[in-house]
Amino acid sequence: MGGEAGEERIKIGLEIHCQLTNLRTKLFCGCPADYRGSPPNTHICPICMGLPGTLPSPNKRAIEDGVAVAIALNSEISRRMTFFRKNYFYPDLPKNFQISQYDGGGGVPLARGGYLDIEGGKRIRIRRIQIEEDPAKLVHEGTIGDSAATLVDNNRAGVALLEIVTEPDIEDPREARAFLEKLRGILECLGVSNGELEGAMRCDANISIGGGTRVEIKNISSFKEVERALAFEITRQRQLLARGIGVRRETRHWDEVRRITVSLRAKEEEEDYRYFPEPDIVPIEISEDFIESVRRRMPELPDQRKERYMREFGLQEHNAELISSNNALWRLFEECVKMGGDPIEVSNWLVGDLISFTRELGMELTDPRVSPRKIVELVNLIRSGAISTKIAKDVLMESLRGDESPEEIVRRRGLLKISDESLLRGIVEEVFRENEGAVKEALRDEDVVNFLIGQVMRKTRGKADPKLTYELVKRNLERIAHGEGPSA
Amino acid sequence: MTPKTAIDARDELAGGASVEEYVLSLLERIRERDRTINSFITVCEASAIEAAKALDRKRGRGEKLGPLFGIPVAVKDNICTIGIRTTCGSRMLENFVPPYDATVIKRIKEADAIVIGKTNMDEFAMGSSTENSYFGPTRNPLDPTRVPGGSSGGSAAAVAGGFAPLALGADTGGSIRCPASFCSIVGLKPTYGAVSRYGLISYANSLEQIGPMASNVDDCELLFNVIRGYDPRDNTSLPQGRIEAKEGKLRIGVPKEFFMEGVQEAVGVHVRKFLDKMSGVFEIGEISLPSLAYALPAYYIIAMSEASSNLARYDGIRYGLRGEDGGDWNETYCNNRGIGFGREVKRRIILGTFALSAGYRNRYYIRAQKIRTLIREDLGRAFKEFDLIAGPTMPVLPFKIGEKLDPLEIYMCDIETVPANLAGTPAISIPCGMANGLPVGLQLMAPPFGEGLLFRAGRIIEELA
Amino acid sequence: MGEITPEDLERLCWLSRLRLSQEEKEEFLGQLNKILDYFRRIEEVDVEHVPPTYHVVDLTNVLREDEVEEPRPDEVLELAPRRKGRYILAPRII
Repeated sequence: MGGEAGEERIKIGLEIHCQLTNLRTKLFCGCPADYRGSPPNTHICPICMGLPGTLPSPNKRAIEDGVAVAIALNSEISRRMTFFRKNYFYPDLPKNFQISQYDGGGGVPLARGGYLDIEGGKRIRIRRIQIEEDPAKLVHEGTIGDSAATLVDNNRAGVALLEIVTEPDIEDPREARAFLEKLRGILECLGVSNGELEGAMRCDANISIGGGTRVEIKNISSFKEVERALAFEITRQRQLLARGIGVRRETRHWDEVRRITVSLRAKEEEEDYRYFPEPDIVPIEISEDFIESVRRRMPELPDQRKERYMREFGLQEHNAELISSNNALWRLFEECVKMGGDPIEVSNWLVGDLISFTRELGMELTDPRVSPRKIVELVNLIRSGAISTKIAKDVLMESLRGDESPEEIVRRRGLLKISDESLLRGIVEEVFRENEGAVKEALRDEDVVNFLIGQVMRKTRGKADPKLTYELVKRNLERIAHGEGPSA
Repeated sequence: MTPKTAIDARDELAGGASVEEYVLSLLERIRERDRTINSFITVCEASAIEAAKALDRKRGRGEKLGPLFGIPVAVKDNICTIGIRTTCGSRMLENFVPPYDATVIKRIKEADAIVIGKTNMDEFAMGSSTENSYFGPTRNPLDPTRVPGGSSGGSAAAVAGGFAPLALGADTGGSIRCPASFCSIVGLKPTYGAVSRYGLISYANSLEQIGPMASNVDDCELLFNVIRGYDPRDNTSLPQGRIEAKEGKLRIGVPKEFFMEGVQEAVGVHVRKFLDKMSGVFEIGEISLPSLAYALPAYYIIAMSEASSNLARYDGIRYGLRGEDGGDWNETYCNNRGIGFGREVKRRIILGTFALSAGYRNRYYIRAQKIRTLIREDLGRAFKEFDLIAGPTMPVLPFKIGEKLDPLEIYMCDIETVPANLAGTPAISIPCGMANGLPVGLQLMAPPFGEGLLFRAGRIIEELA
Repeated sequence: MGEITPEDLERLCWLSRLRLSQEEKEEFLGQLNKILDYFRRIEEVDVEHVPPTYHVVDLTNVLREDEVEEPRPDEVLELAPRRKGRYILAPRII
């Protein structure tokens, strides 16, 4: 460890492209935007293919969606904006320019500034949000190196994208992932983008260590990969610095298979995008009224929901945070509460075993087998003392696997807790008779008491009321200690 | 049937004359004479005859007939026509057949007009003489040794040569008015936003408009009224507007800048004389609009900048000319564009790229857009004082084919016409007689949506000329 | 010395993906600089406080409703000179 802590400071900024997947049409034409699973070049028209003479027509809802995101991220929305052309040649751009926005040179993005707080209250500032069109998808025959040709599928070309750029406020890879997950939750909650869809949310990252050179990483396909790529890049840069080698300012590509970043071949020429206002689209003015109308239609955001859960139901922050930021989870939670489930108990089950069980079973939380009724029944069975927490876990697992509800399982399998004292007393006596040696030891050693309790549990297959069993075993031991017979 | 005007033709055809025979007679004339004039890149013989027959049947059924009933229209080849190749005068689009009609084509078809052919033009509308066409130059029907003007030279020649009573052109910096002047016909550049640009192959989007060309003002107005109007497919399309002048004589302002730089003496003298002749009917006054001195460079910088971006799409991958693939995609693109574009197009793309590039953008592109503001303001002030602004359409008389080889010299021909494009105002060119035996056009400009004033004044000028 | 040097011309050709013949390069260099000399005339005007005009129509917010217009993709796809199945073939990217 050498130098001041400040020199080691890691600064990470993210540039996220999310498709507005809930739009019916592309950004500038009426082609259906939902292209996934369609054969290549079926969602194309003269406009998105940039045919001569065609003109773009901006999608109103794309602007509304962008404004909603800007509101959710506390950004300042531009009152008047224009689309700009970003000029560069590439086979994925049908017009060889991208209709985008430009921050500077007379251009303003949809919104500037704003922030998003991630777990632990850490604030990540937003630099800008802008709307642009997605390029086409390129498919390489063979590998990129020896491919004789590139196949172009234009179905994606012209789909509306939101570009969200953060300030370099992120300090470690985990934070980057937490930010992205939180952002995805917000976009899903607003109903503007389904981040789960393949390629719907893509991320580039830039990173510098100790105020050093900034390196960009591209081609990161998922949030997990973002975390990995950044972790690799930190190690790589640290090793360079430790050996006294400077970090080069460059763009690197994340190789998911080898799990390393690789330097992209230096570009022949530096790019010059020659931005200028799109002459074919008139400016867009966003009035206070417009913003208000979008705001009114916005659903409750995860942070607002979290606050409410803590306030209304007394949930702990951890549970409130986890539940409110996951759409499936909060919907489930609210259903359970509506059905009369105790909010705190329900929240503990959702955050704890439900998440891990569904993961184990490879089920989505939205799977119909994960029904609120099951959770509520389970919580009520425990509350009424009908089953133990231990049995409840088995019951939940079994219930998730099939269609039976917890009550049905408990009834069918006879899992109701044995709290009938006379019934239990007989079993305790049986255990004492069969384990005379252990009983003697138990008089001196508390650990062996637990063994006796365990034997009772085994005989009842876990159904014995633990509290009652303990009392009965203790009582019997006391009697023996006082020279009385084992039986009461 | 030899009607003098499009309106006469329509009336005769609507009254029972055979549309098919009329079209056949024009096709015959084209076959005979267009070999020398070269006004058409594509003559739509089969589809025109078929359309004519359909119209004859329509009339036979007693249906309501459109305002352009049976009128063949010559269409500039940068306006997309479904199923008819649309080349833009370029090798790049030599075989490009659009799967859609431009909005104006839909409108004229709905008005019962017939597309008789696609007319020659400077490649991608870049030129003022129709010499920059991959399909060879068009000759002026009034004097085949001379240019017809450009870039809508084919459309003007088609009207002047009697191949079609009406034509559609497009005007980015004078491309309708220049050939109208050189071919002694009437040509209107409408208010920016008055006519849909959907289907017009862009050269410089913020400047250009499709407009009507005809042998007389009434015919020009007839076609304009069919093609104008709001189109949701064009984001810059305006709802219809109309401005009226107050009663009495129209006031015409004549900017002295229109008679200064590069104006041939014969033209200047002739137009001055004609304006004197007009002064009995109009109230004419001299004005000065100093910003006009900067209109030409500002225009070219903006047009080239937009063009450099608009023409980027021609890479030969999705449509258009694709040569041999060699090396990687960059080489293929360079190659396709290198063989697909002619020299003037390349020059303008390079200059436009330069004007937008880092370090030069402020100095050229943005400064030019600021000059544009000044020109708009100057014209706005002039229109407070005058109903119309007048001057020569062209600073020069029609020149010989091959006479002007220097690009800048050709650019200077647009000096009178570009202000209207920069400001988005309507402007018309009307024949106003001959100088040295060659036609001279008078340009009238009006405030936005002042087309009605232009036609009203134009009819008077037609009488005087 | 003109504004555009031979090296600049190479770069501009690269930026605009244009291959010029040697003859074209030689012809263009002088022409382009002559044109630029003329263009620089606009520097005579003081425009410091003048806003640029990018659109001459005073329109704003011309937006389309998010309604699907069924595409007819085949007639667009057919225009591509080289295809493989439903893909458009572009040259290779190294």
